[in-house]
Amino acid sequence: MAGPACFLILLFLVVPFFMAIAFSMTNQRLISPNPTEYVGLDNFRGLFSLAILTIEPEKTAAGAVKLDAEGQAQFPRLRSWTRDKENYPQYHRKREWFHWHWNGKRTVVLAQDVVFMKALRNTTFFVLIVAPLQSALALCLALLINRPLRGINLFRTIYFMPVVISMVVVSMLWRFIYDGENGLLNAILNSLSFGNIQTVDWLGNTTTALPAIMAMSIWQSVGFHMVIWLSGLQTVPATLYEAARVEGASRWQTFRYVTWPGLRNTAILVMLVITMQAFTLFPQVAIMTSGGPLDSTQSLVFQMVERGYGKQDISGGSAISVFLFLFVLCISLIQRWLTREKL
Amino acid sequence: MYFTDSAVADAGEVVRNTERLLSFLWHYLLLSFIAVIFIFPIIFMIVSSLKPDLQLLTDSSSIRAFLPVGDISLDNYREAFQRAPIGRFILNSILVTAITLVLSLFICSLAAFSFVFIQWQGRHIAFSIILATYILPFEAVAVPLLMLVNNLPWLGVHGFEWGWLNSYHVQIIPWIVKALEIFLFVQYFKDLPKELVEAARVDGASWFSIYRRVIMPLSGPVIATVAILKFLEMYNNQFIWPIMVVQEETYRPIMVGLQYFFQLNTAWGEIMAYLTIITLPVLIFYLLLQRAFIASIASTGVKG
Repeated sequence: MAGPACFLILLFLVVPFFMAIAFSMTNQRLISPNPTEYVGLDNFRGLFSLAILTIEPEKTAAGAVKLDAEGQAQFPRLRSWTRDKENYPQYHRKREWFHWHWNGKRTVVLAQDVVFMKALRNTTFFVLIVAPLQSALALCLALLINRPLRGINLFRTIYFMPVVISMVVVSMLWRFIYDGENGLLNAILNSLSFGNIQTVDWLGNTTTALPAIMAMSIWQSVGFHMVIWLSGLQTVPATLYEAARVEGASRWQTFRYVTWPGLRNTAILVMLVITMQAFTLFPQVAIMTSGGPLDSTQSLVFQMVERGYGKQDISGGSAISVFLFLFVLCISLIQRWLTREKL
Repeated sequence: MYFTDSAVADAGEVVRNTERLLSFLWHYLLLSFIAVIFIFPIIFMIVSSLKPDLQLLTDSSSIRAFLPVGDISLDNYREAFQRAPIGRFILNSILVTAITLVLSLFICSLAAFSFVFIQWQGRHIAFSIILATYILPFEAVAVPLLMLVNNLPWLGVHGFEWGWLNSYHVQIIPWIVKALEIFLFVQYFKDLPKELVEAARVDGASWFSIYRRVIMPLSGPVIATVAILKFLEMYNNQFIWPIMVVQEETYRPIMVGLQYFFQLNTAWGEIMAYLTIITLPVLIFYLLLQRAFIASIASTGVKG
């Protein structure tokens, strides 16, 4: 009787999972006239290979540093390294990811796959900001709601409302809210500050685009985790609160020593769920920015879809899938370890 | 003496009461402020769908953005329906959601039934494998799955053919069984009294008739939970997969249909109309069944 379920899980989850591992080591394409070849770890090497190059500024014959029109030191072009396969094989076909200046020299980090590196950086950044912030906000909401007040159900209903709206719809709606010219957010800021705040093109700016997507994502799903926190809060026995009150504990003390210990497992669960959701960041990016401006909102899943589906590069997409899976696996192992039974 | 004492006590009482009242007021004020943040964008969406584009833009700088005032009409809806075959998209989404929902409830509950009540070799291993797939995000298998469904055979109305792309079944079959659903059914079945099943066995009932006549009639709450989660997953969150496997608009679901409006940076009224069409049914469902919605989300939290 479990047959159909086992068969479907096997065919549509387990088999593709192993296919992902297998494809990631080939040059498989969706449709290709050439036979598929085994390429080992080349795909992963392509994604991750980095190189660091320190270059000195160009000097005049007299030994002084050459300056450009703006008074900045001039550096030789990277091409002289990246196109010189004979002498510098480690820099071959790499592009600049980012650089910094120190001691008058420029240190450049080169990556073979700069877009992937940016996607990785953005996704990590997204997870590191959204996971703690969203779970903390959700906990605050849950604590606010977890009081026997008249009409509290109405507030709970409202806070949870965005959760039942599709992220696709929310992204499209917030595109208008964030719009640079006529957007609602700019209009509100403008009227609140009596015209003192300049309009910002939230999604068209490399510094604000990703934070804007983060804020919207939190808005959409914080209610989800509020509900999970709430069900955790309700497991804390009322007698403990009673005891704390009798002992004259302050509000903070009650939270710190009564509520929080009872929420440990909920906390880990919430963090895990949010982290996994944050890793699969996709519709927001696809609808609002397509990864732009200047790759500042690229995400791992967006790149995976763009390669695997857009460019029909099954092997490249699979390599990112495998990496994504390993990342998620690590996080859930950490969660397992944190919630292990203590003796 | 008595008089002054009780007057002091009364004054203290009054101060305490005022303090409590103030703290209540603060609490409600805070709650309402947060509520505004959550609900105003939604109100804005619905209200804007009724306004002509020009008014929508001028209104956005005042409170009028959230009020159905001015030149109110359903014109945006009419135009949105003309721009894209929205009726078709809605039909597709409802069809895919409904069929997946029914099949999922049936197949997952059947599997959970056999895991909990029937002793068969290997059931522990099978169940652990299913549970392990919970941490496998769909996104991580999407690309090889595309390759797989592109090479699967299908026997349909057009006879035998290879490849599942551009169809309803490619949107339905991979989504029927997920670890979470089986897990929720198993958790629920475990708490049902085993004696019911044993008694029915002694009476000579077949496993399937026990499932149908004894267990399922008792499973209302878990069926509601799974149905709501599946509904949200299928109706709201189907985006990556249909983009990858459905290119023909005949089979396109409602979320992907939004692509028709992607490049329209000016026709915001139409976009808001389309967004409202998508969202309103879900919102109404939610408001009618909000307890069940919230309970089903909470139940995903008991995992672990």
